[in-house]
Amino acid sequence: MTDEIFKEYEEKLPKLIIDEIKANLPEKADAAKVRKILEAVHAEYEKSKLDAGECVGLLSAQSIGEQGTQATLDTFHFSGVSEMNVTMGLPRIIEILDARKTISTPMMEIYLNAPYNQKENVKKQALLVKEIKLKDVATEFLVNIADMIIKVDIDEQKLKDLDLTLANLSKTLSKAMKSLKIKQDTVSIIAKLEDKDANLNSLYKLKEKLKETHISGIKGVTQVLPVKRGSEYIVLTAGSNLKAVLALEWVDKERTTSNDIYEIAATLGIEAARETIIDELLKVIKAQGLKIDIRHLMIISDTMCVSGAIKGITRYGVVNEKSSVLARASFETPIKHIMRASLVGEEDKLHSVIENVMLNQVVPLGTGMPVLKAKKKE
Amino acid sequence: MADVYLNNKFVGTVENPQEFRQSLIEERRKGAIDKNMNVYHNADSNEVWIENSKGRVRRPLIVVKYGQPLLTDKHIQQLQKNEINWSDLVNQGVAEYLDAMEEENALVAFYEHELTKDHTHLEVSPIAMLGLISSLVPFSNHAPAARINAGSKTQKQAQGIYAANYAVRMDMDVNILHTPQKPIVNTIMHELSDYNNHPAGQNVVVAIMSYKGYNMEDAIIINKGSVDRGFARSTYYRPSLAEELRYAGGLTDEISVPDKEIKGYRSEKDYRLLEADGIIYPEAQIAESDVIIGKTSPPRFLSGADEYSLTSNVRRESSLAAAHGEQGIIDFVTVTESEEGNKLVQVRVRDQRIPEIGDKFTSRHGQKGVVGLIVSESDMPFTSSGIVPDLIFSPHSLPTRMTISHLLELLAGKVGALSGRYVDGTTFSSEPEEKLRQELLSLGFRENGVETMYNGETGEQMEARIFIGDMYYMKLKHMVANKIHSRARGPIQLLTRQPTEGRAKEGGLRLGEMEKDTFVSHGASMLLKERFDSDKTLVPVCENCGMFAIHNEYKKKSYCPMCGDNVEISYVEIAYAFKLMLDELKALGIYPKLMLRTKY
Repeated sequence: MTDEIFKEYEEKLPKLIIDEIKANLPEKADAAKVRKILEAVHAEYEKSKLDAGECVGLLSAQSIGEQGTQATLDTFHFSGVSEMNVTMGLPRIIEILDARKTISTPMMEIYLNAPYNQKENVKKQALLVKEIKLKDVATEFLVNIADMIIKVDIDEQKLKDLDLTLANLSKTLSKAMKSLKIKQDTVSIIAKLEDKDANLNSLYKLKEKLKETHISGIKGVTQVLPVKRGSEYIVLTAGSNLKAVLALEWVDKERTTSNDIYEIAATLGIEAARETIIDELLKVIKAQGLKIDIRHLMIISDTMCVSGAIKGITRYGVVNEKSSVLARASFETPIKHIMRASLVGEEDKLHSVIENVMLNQVVPLGTGMPVLKAKKKE
Repeated sequence: MADVYLNNKFVGTVENPQEFRQSLIEERRKGAIDKNMNVYHNADSNEVWIENSKGRVRRPLIVVKYGQPLLTDKHIQQLQKNEINWSDLVNQGVAEYLDAMEEENALVAFYEHELTKDHTHLEVSPIAMLGLISSLVPFSNHAPAARINAGSKTQKQAQGIYAANYAVRMDMDVNILHTPQKPIVNTIMHELSDYNNHPAGQNVVVAIMSYKGYNMEDAIIINKGSVDRGFARSTYYRPSLAEELRYAGGLTDEISVPDKEIKGYRSEKDYRLLEADGIIYPEAQIAESDVIIGKTSPPRFLSGADEYSLTSNVRRESSLAAAHGEQGIIDFVTVTESEEGNKLVQVRVRDQRIPEIGDKFTSRHGQKGVVGLIVSESDMPFTSSGIVPDLIFSPHSLPTRMTISHLLELLAGKVGALSGRYVDGTTFSSEPEEKLRQELLSLGFRENGVETMYNGETGEQMEARIFIGDMYYMKLKHMVANKIHSRARGPIQLLTRQPTEGRAKEGGLRLGEMEKDTFVSHGASMLLKERFDSDKTLVPVCENCGMFAIHNEYKKKSYCPMCGDNVEISYVEIAYAFKLMLDELKALGIYPKLMLRTKY
């Protein structure tokens, strides 16, 4: 009996809502009551729908913009060990909405598979992820000007912690720095510059270059931090390289994420990037203690991703996609757009807001939507 | 081994950086190395930075060795006798200047008694870390730094006497306070900087209480009686200047009463105050549009053919007149010559400014506010001894801003006023609060400064006791009379036909991009259109080519300059600014074609 009533409403209500009602229905609800419930829900559902001509995009922009004025411009610095320094607040929001290719603090949350996500194992796994440079295992870099030699003293204990030996260290070094002759000593590595014009300055520059040479770990990950999340331990990283991390077998591939939207799009696809944009925006908004309806963020994230590639809210991104020449020209670099339009003879149908404001015509939204249709007398 | 950098350039390494730094400093104190050299050792990166470039901010400190300052009593005696001066101390290595970097390596004591063997320097005085204006804020060690900054910023805008010879100067935008007073609560800097000889404020009785909500949001209430007695009265001076410029062809401007035949002649009434030489007389009362200096200029664009024609050969009116809303009295008239030898007339207008609603006032603690109401003396609250405050300050301005110094000044001012002395409020070395409270008690008042007060209108006793005392208040140069502005209809710009911008041009208030957005997101399209109608025009458009057609009202006919008069021509209402843009596109060689369609 009740199933029939539900069937009736399947057309009118989304499945998710019907499922929710079904799950929360009391055992002894009779048909009349179920009908009443569904009627009430349907009325509420219809009421919450947008009216035709509602200006959703601008409302989203205002809803975020107004709250944004409340947000502090500060980037919070978390001192201590529990958290990492991440760009938050307004700078981060701007970064996301502009869809910056390089973000100021790329970060990953690496979830680990079963035996590794326990306290005793997590530290070792974290260290495997971290990028190690020569300066991290060296105690001193000595510059010998007379022989044009840089002597690097190595901390053997640190080397041991990383499962490395002096031999394979010098091998990786000579591979990375082809212009150098690498020799191995008992506790040090000697690099000789094979260049006749070498002087103090070039040797000095070389020393700085040597310091930054990659030795082990995943490139780009400058910091690792094991943190407890619920009952398990995860690894937070500064610096992001999702593709390389997901290739590691002991990493939980389903939950591991990055805050770099482009990297997500490249490794997991555009739908994942859409989710990431929403999540990252929410993260900032929540940290600031603001309340912005998620639907505003969804519409923005959707417009940024509809084309299949990430488009920022900039003149190169979303604005470039507008159909109206006048609308594009009114937002930055007007000459470019007018010239292009005049070359191909573009037509502006005056379908949107700005164009009509420019012409002092009624904007086709809200009270400007309805028009009188009357037959012309022949 | 530490790397050494000289002015950001790597120059070599040293074995012992600490020793190296110390020896450099010793050489500097001896005079072997220039005094402008500063050296800094970064222990974290093990680098030594030597700087002697320009543009570093440096501050003076007394050198300390083995826990003893090098400045001795002997030096002080010599200083007092004027035998030596400050630069002698610097040359002797007793005092030195540190830059921000070298300061990182120094341990500086505030007071001599704090010195230990680790200290390297001693502060000359704790107030040396404040600037000139900041040290004019009394009790400033009892307020947040942000407020002291705000306080010193507003003090610079206070009206006072900016120059003793202001009466013979022709400066722009001058305000002179009529009866400035020395502050009762002062700091050592008031004496040192000669502030007391040209003060910029007045001591007033301040009560901290609400008054009918007219002092919400930082507003203040002032007493009409105090205003009548001359509180915060000032004079505003504005000079006008006219020069007889010379033009090509031996033509010149002429300062005189303009002839009636002249192009742009105002009206006889406007010229009535001018004397025979075309200049207004001193002490003349002027109002809006009255001419101050009568001047005519030769006609514009004078070409050969025009020289003999009568019509275009008339001179132009270019007199100087009082601006819209301006009034005052002619104060001072000078007739001189400019650098080029042209006749130059300068006329200064004076206007007495009595405090009114909207004028801006401030205490010295960053507590600025605007007059919200002027209350007649009889309606002001009064104390049991009959004291009526000159000014009522809102208590809501205090908790979030935490300007305790404001309260202390009020208390100290009360003590000073009652005992007839000046109170020292110098930062870090002010008279202690406890002592001031005891003194207030001994003067017969409550030691915490509160008093029982009565409602001025009903005479009822107030439930709460009111904190009341004396404070130094300043009138700031921002006065409503210079800023008030409104418009319903008015001038429009020639080019865009949109309303002009700014008070001086009687302009409109712009409904900007973001304001437009609020209309749009409300869906108020019709209202939005109405708001933007200020430059609407009706233009004839040729339906054939989509360009603007021509309407000849005299012949009552319309035609298209390209397609002739055998085409359909429709009238379209658009913004003039848009018409202008299309014209500009045409000038660029772009063909903007309008495609018309029936709207309904």
